Amino acid sequence: MHPETVHITPYRTLAWVLITLLGLTFITITATWIDLSALTVAVALLIATVKAYIVLTYFMHLKFESSLFRVFVFMVLFIYVLVIAFTLSDYLFR
Amino acid sequence: MTEEKTHHPEPSYLVDTGKYKGLMAWLTSTDHKRIGLMYMYAMMVFFAVGVILGMVMRIELFWPGQQFYGPQAYNGIFTIHGIIMIFTVVIPGLAAVFGNFSMPIMIGARDVAFPRLNLFSFYLYVIGAAIALASQFMGNGPPDTGWTFYAPYSIQTHTNVVAAVFGAFVLGFSSILTGLNFIVTMHRMRAPGMTFFKMPLFPWSLYATAWIQVLATPIVGITLLMIIAERWLRIGFFDPSLGGDPVLYQHLFWIYSHPAVYIMILPAMGVITEIIPTFSQKKIFGYKAIAISSLAIALVGYFVWAHHMYTSGMSTTARWVFSLLTFLVAVPSAIKVFNWVTTMYKGSISLKPPFLFALGFIFLFMIGGMTGLSLGALATNIHVHDTAYVVAHFHYIVFGGVGFAFFAAIFYWYPKMYGRMYNFKMANWSFVFLFTGFNLLYFPQFIIGMMGMPRRYFDYLPQFTLGHQLSFFGGLLLVIGFIIMLITLFSKKGAPAPDNPWGGRTFEWRIPSPPPVENFEVMPEMAENEQPYDYK
Repeated sequence: MHPETVHITPYRTLAWVLITLLGLTFITITATWIDLSALTVAVALLIATVKAYIVLTYFMHLKFESSLFRVFVFMVLFIYVLVIAFTLSDYLFR
Repeated sequence: MTEEKTHHPEPSYLVDTGKYKGLMAWLTSTDHKRIGLMYMYAMMVFFAVGVILGMVMRIELFWPGQQFYGPQAYNGIFTIHGIIMIFTVVIPGLAAVFGNFSMPIMIGARDVAFPRLNLFSFYLYVIGAAIALASQFMGNGPPDTGWTFYAPYSIQTHTNVVAAVFGAFVLGFSSILTGLNFIVTMHRMRAPGMTFFKMPLFPWSLYATAWIQVLATPIVGITLLMIIAERWLRIGFFDPSLGGDPVLYQHLFWIYSHPAVYIMILPAMGVITEIIPTFSQKKIFGYKAIAISSLAIALVGYFVWAHHMYTSGMSTTARWVFSLLTFLVAVPSAIKVFNWVTTMYKGSISLKPPFLFALGFIFLFMIGGMTGLSLGALATNIHVHDTAYVVAHFHYIVFGGVGFAFFAAIFYWYPKMYGRMYNFKMANWSFVFLFTGFNLLYFPQFIIGMMGMPRRYFDYLPQFTLGHQLSFFGGLLLVIGFIIMLITLFSKKGAPAPDNPWGGRTFEWRIPSPPPVENFEVMPEMAENEQPYDYK
């Protein structure tokens, strides 16, 4: 439909992304040593979400793609949230 | 397989023009048409196995008590019947066969976006099916869990659950890759001028289906892996004795497996939407409503999964929410039915075999759909849950719907696939046997189900005998219908088919029968004022 455009991400950016991901992995492991009681899972999920965002943005090139791809990813996340919400309509009201 | 019509300048796709000849040429072909046919042949074999197993169950149920084999064998037989029919026949079904064969031509493309990935999907399908079948003969005997693999029994049984689950897991990958391929194909390879709202409605239904395949299938993949992890590593996901929650399994399983019903039925609806305007020679009524209703079914259908679980101990709130959503999904389905009927109104009806099967589809799908509503209602569900009523309901949808649409599609695209016609009289007789046999087989199940006949039971009370015996004779009529259909399609060589035997308007009817390797000598375009169903 429209001509292909290729975006080449500089090594420097990729290296920073890698370092950030490794840093967040370190934080995830460190967080397990701290007793956060009910927040333990929430913190782990929060860090994982940030990591997923970085991977999607840079490694999977979402930052450089047309908005259609972003719409698709948003749609998937939206459906995922709805699935969780509907499942909780069972678990939270038992 | 190797015939060619002399007046076509380009060789047909049935002629081996590549490096290999014969079987190897087929097995290594990345041509979407050949891959579609390979899926069809494989499915016919699996379908035949599933039908034989179904009849083996019917024979045992002819009288109450044990006749030919024991309850453990019965459990294994209904499990593998379900696994074969669901995972290897109806889920890939119309999308893999006719989506592959027809969709690229209908949108004006030479092939799918990733032809090699397409062939890889086929091989994953064959490998997954082989593993699932092999599970019957390895280890501690065939799995006896039912195709749903419900925990905690699937964790505790000593039968060969892991292989069957892994087979289903591999089949899921095939489904995801096919869905991905179709989404990209429809986004990137439509003919110039063919906007999304000028695309024929069978591709539209495949588009909605493909999104479900891509989004829902990974969930069941992970769930099946969790079963294996729980069996091998004793991680307590689902088994209460290990600290797990069996209802969580049911949620995860049905989050995929209910949308899977729409993976099956949406392409079936798409086929019917092609056949009705062609054999009514009338523009489809409500094109956009049908296109959008496909997406609406895909979206809402994603959120109705827990109506399978009303009796499993879910919260009352969840039951209420999922019952409401179940009623909502009936709306876009009904929109389609109203549009089909309205398209036929004052049309120039031609009662040829594909149209006959399409009418059969509407009738059976309506019965399946309406009985689905009584199952979606909380009160009536409690009464008929896990009875033969449910068996009848989903066979009316899965077989009466998907099966009859599949037969309609074969009779519709057969002249394009093979470049020859078939005997209409024989095809009509196959319809008579299939339609009568189907209703005789499954309608009594509604009645004995309401009377209290449980599903998946090897034995029953004497008052259910007549219902089971009627079902047996219905099964026999069905088998006769299949045999007539196979003879009609594959035993005799029919007259050469014209390029457009039905007066269709979509792109596949503008190219030779059978199509050349790359479909179009000159790439088609859609004019600005052109619509896919411009019947005068």
